[in-house]
Amino acid sequence: MCKNKVTAFILTALVLLIALVPLFALKGAEFGGSDDAGSQIVESIQGNYEPWFTPVLETLIGGELPGEIESLFFCVQTGIGVGIIAYSFGYLAARKKYKGDNQV
Amino acid sequence: MKNWTKPEKTVYFAVLTFSVFLGLTEDVSAMHIMEGYLPLVHCILWGVICLPFAAHGFITLKHISIEKPQTMILLAMSGAFIFVISSLKIPSVTGSCSHMTGTGLSAILFGVSSASVLGIIVLIFQAVLLAHGGLTTLGANTFSMAIAGPILAFLIYRLGQKRNINRKITVFFAAALGDIFTYCITSLQLALAYPSNEGGIIFSAGKFLGVFAPTQIPLAVMEGLITVLVVMGMENFALPELRALGFVGKEEL
Repeated sequence: MCKNKVTAFILTALVLLIALVPLFALKGAEFGGSDDAGSQIVESIQGNYEPWFTPVLETLIGGELPGEIESLFFCVQTGIGVGIIAYSFGYLAARKKYKGDNQV
Repeated sequence: MKNWTKPEKTVYFAVLTFSVFLGLTEDVSAMHIMEGYLPLVHCILWGVICLPFAAHGFITLKHISIEKPQTMILLAMSGAFIFVISSLKIPSVTGSCSHMTGTGLSAILFGVSSASVLGIIVLIFQAVLLAHGGLTTLGANTFSMAIAGPILAFLIYRLGQKRNINRKITVFFAAALGDIFTYCITSLQLALAYPSNEGGIIFSAGKFLGVFAPTQIPLAVMEGLITVLVVMGMENFALPELRALGFVGKEEL
């Protein structure tokens, strides 16, 4: 148990490190999406490529999704996921605590 | 599949036959691929390849929900895990952003086809609401993120188990390499659609991989680490469920 806690701590620290180091190491980098980088290569191979289908939502609102709204949807997605995971771990942790280890 | 009912088997094999048939009749000259960036034929073909996996997944999940209802909480968690993980854009060493896939966890817990179903849900969410990925490229993206990645993750996990390698290490490599593999497949898919004039498909694949791989490697390591963390949490709190899934043996712990 105690050993697990140490491992978990080290792993979490590593994750944060990997995520944050590029931000500080590469000052002034743009951090655009690599999916977009993909479409740039398509253009370099094919010349001017026109996507033949635009995203449904962009067609509906008649333009690109505003950046703030896009981050809203991304947050909604994260929120749904975190909610479910947090609920489940809470449920499981409480079960272990109040039922004791006999049912494990 | 042993205890599937007859209609379920029929549906699955019908879809499989349909898919194989369609796949063979077309001449295949052929991370998320953007909407409208694959030729129509490719879109349809990738979609068709995915159909049997989705059908297999739906039926498998139905069976798990009936036979092992207590494991549904783990299913919800691994689905939510994909939701969270694939919504986070992480800066990487190349100065651009990418995100992880998160499908390794459900693949090692519930099997490849179940991971496909969960992956498809997330891909549809992102394609419709976020203009990220796309509906026309749904099949291709499903194949890379929700089929190819999980297959590799599953195989690595099984291999590690057979060799009796420490479970944490096995889970790490399964999730991390599954993540990388997803982007290798994406590169290949793009290369098939856009072979370069000089070097053909292979040259083109190398070019796409050259963009995706350096960005993705640190993220794959992260995904491996995070998956290990979640598995540790599950081992700590959800042992009965993991046992029901056959993830941990009866004699262990």
